[in-house]
Amino acid sequence: MQTTLTDRRSFLKKMAMASAIAAAASMFPGIMFAAEQEKGIPKNANLDWKKGPCRFCGVGCGVLVGTENGKAVAVKGDPNSPVNKGLCCVKGYHSIMALYGKDRLTHPLVKKNGRYVKTSMDEALDLIASKMKETIAEHGKDAVSIYGSGQWTIPDGYAASKLFKGCIGTNNVEANARLCMASAVTGFLTSFGLDEPMGCYEDIDHADVFVLWGNNMAEMHPVLFSRLLDQRLKRGVKIIDFATRTTRTSTAADKSILFLPQTDLAVANAICYEIIKNGWVNNSFVEKHCSFSKGLTNMGYGLEDNYTFTDKPEKISFEDYKTFLEDYTPEKVSKLSGVSVRDIKYMASYYGDPNKKVMSLWCMGMNQHTRGTWINNLVYNIHLLTGKISQPGNSPFSLTGQPSACGTVREVGTLTHKLPHGVVMNKEHREFAAKIWGVPAENIPSKPTYHTVEMFRALDRGDIRFMWIQVTNPMVTMPKLKRYRDGAKKEGRFIVVSDVYPTPTTDIADVILPSAMWIEREGMYGNSERRTQYFEQMVDPPGEAISDTWQLIEVAKRLGYEKQFPYKEETHIEEIYTEYRKHHDNIKHNMAPLEVLKSQSGAIWPYVDGKSTKWRFNAKYDPACSNGEDFHFYGKPDGKAIIWQRPYEPAAEEPDNEYPYWLNTGRVVEHWHTGSMTRRIPVLHQAMPHAYVELHPDDAERMQIKTGDAVRLTTRRGEITLPASINERGVPAPMQVFVPFFDENILINDITLDSFCPISKEPDYKKCAVRVEKA
Amino acid sequence: MPIKSYLVHPHDGKKEELLQELSTMASCEVVPAQNMEIIALVTETETKQEEEVLKARLESIKSLKLLALVSGFNTPQ
Ligand code: SF4
Repeated sequence: MQTTLTDRRSFLKKMAMASAIAAAASMFPGIMFAAEQEKGIPKNANLDWKKGPCRFCGVGCGVLVGTENGKAVAVKGDPNSPVNKGLCCVKGYHSIMALYGKDRLTHPLVKKNGRYVKTSMDEALDLIASKMKETIAEHGKDAVSIYGSGQWTIPDGYAASKLFKGCIGTNNVEANARLCMASAVTGFLTSFGLDEPMGCYEDIDHADVFVLWGNNMAEMHPVLFSRLLDQRLKRGVKIIDFATRTTRTSTAADKSILFLPQTDLAVANAICYEIIKNGWVNNSFVEKHCSFSKGLTNMGYGLEDNYTFTDKPEKISFEDYKTFLEDYTPEKVSKLSGVSVRDIKYMASYYGDPNKKVMSLWCMGMNQHTRGTWINNLVYNIHLLTGKISQPGNSPFSLTGQPSACGTVREVGTLTHKLPHGVVMNKEHREFAAKIWGVPAENIPSKPTYHTVEMFRALDRGDIRFMWIQVTNPMVTMPKLKRYRDGAKKEGRFIVVSDVYPTPTTDIADVILPSAMWIEREGMYGNSERRTQYFEQMVDPPGEAISDTWQLIEVAKRLGYEKQFPYKEETHIEEIYTEYRKHHDNIKHNMAPLEVLKSQSGAIWPYVDGKSTKWRFNAKYDPACSNGEDFHFYGKPDGKAIIWQRPYEPAAEEPDNEYPYWLNTGRVVEHWHTGSMTRRIPVLHQAMPHAYVELHPDDAERMQIKTGDAVRLTTRRGEITLPASINERGVPAPMQVFVPFFDENILINDITLDSFCPISKEPDYKKCAVRVEKA
Repeated sequence: MPIKSYLVHPHDGKKEELLQELSTMASCEVVPAQNMEIIALVTETETKQEEEVLKARLESIKSLKLLALVSGFNTPQ
């Protein structure tokens, strides 16, 4: 009895400390506490500390996990990690608690006569393989698909791509990263010919000015934001928050500038106009290293099924580009964007000042955008015109949301058009991949099939009949969700879901596979700064749960691909990683050997001659530069980066008389995406128990709405009722509302729009028209 | 047996002094923020009265500017 009481008191004390820290985290953006987890641990604890990357966002902090008697009991920031230097945010500190929720999935469940029945893992895997065979026989290879995640480990994604593209022969491979960073990828490819940031987090230690483009870093990338604040304390750097909504980031920034949704396109052009007008162009850089192009305009928004778009780039001159920018004077853009002429000039002057190093940072605000590729291009234009790129502190930096959006989706290439090296459309790339995979090159189809939105449309239409979903929760995250939920439930669809907890997505499954989570298995993630990090298995998964990689291997063998999947259970992660490295075995993308990843807190690729390449395209740091100049944009055949002429175009659906407000959706610091894990961590759940709608105080007053009052939101897709939040976490601009999407009981995506960027096919979750009423 | 947690704000430049003082108090457990002038504090007392006495003591500390309650728990006796 005494022990129980003492345990309970010690538990409550830990809870109390955790709540204080959680509160501090939301009140003081960027605040950091170290080592408090250890204090709650009994003095005589015999903890075994092991390193790994945190799994709760794309920052990729290094954490040390303490295990005792086979259980993970403590977490602390890894002081040896160059990412977070020992710091950790509120999600990171509590991450191990996500392993031990009461309702972990521990056994496979198969739906029989409308009820889930416990089965053995073997039986479930047999059923999956036989269903796949049957579907392929009846409907063809393109009727089976896999939908994965930026939370897949590198081996998970690799096994999926090899099985589906290489062995089965369908390009029906997509991942949820399509929903969060596809525009970043197409932005990089169109501007530079190669994906992922040229710089690294070390840029933060060198930059003088940080411009955050629609990026609530205080909540979404808290540890990096704390590094920005730290630099402000040490060196007096400036932080400019350029956003559509006032957030914790805005209040912590030196300057908050609000713009009207979608007009970031115009403002970016106006900044370029100012740079040219004031003679701030770095002429020798532009002459040597840049070319100019324009593409098609009025591309549409992808709202129709089977929508296709192919851009037709055309070379233009610097003079043509200057003429185009005449439409974007600060005065004209100010009227459209709501940003004052002074503020446009203020931002331009920092970019234009040759003595200031500038880092631009962005994430979902620019990527989840019907012109996402364009806005990425436009921010690169600013950095290219001024030559502020690929040098310590001068860095356009696209952040990722998920722990391995870069590592698994972009680098392994788990998107319909991608291969680990190159794209399916390219014969040489197909042959190269096929050789490593041990399959005939003809196996890999030369045409991409469905991007994510279209994949779920195909499931609805019946073109896809089998879908395997791993580590993601599309029945919360798909835009215009109702259509895709109804589609997935139709007769004749077979859905397999691998996850760690029940979710709205497991609700539509025919087979639910329990997965080993994070440190319950071995794997690697790749973070926003091209850093690959390894983690070993630290604890056993519960019940019959196994890793997603091993689930795929077992099914591959059952489908007859033993030869391509010969891996041993004890060593399969190492074998897969070694095989995967062959795809990137070149000076532009080499991945560090596993021994290196095991011995240090990850390594940045290209890893050449035992060294991480921190700044690509800069001859001082990047051995792949070969043109004899200071910079070499070797991703493009002529070695030059492209400055793109991209206009402002309106959003797919803008407010009107019937739906007069803008609806914006996003995340909160306490919860990881759909909350399936973090809502099972009591302290995080209590800190942020349910979704809400943020209104501007003037709008709220006019409608006599107070915090907590029920508010009805109606769009052309449907309606939803949820409590109001006024002057709390964030404050939207007048005639705009914001709703976080983490709450599976208040599915905001039932009413969002499935418009997307025609080039990247990434949906715009930030903009649609909505009616707001007191319920 | 109340357990409470607070965010404690020291007066300018007095974080270390405040930390020292709080650390010597038996019913207090502290975790300072690494990069800001904030201290997370958990107090554990036997009775409600004892808790009130402690709170008065805390508020009389010179280096302490503000004591903001975050959570309170009551455990069985
Ligand atoms: S910032 Fe991201 S990676 Fe770092 S601890 Fe927090 S959730 Fe984990």
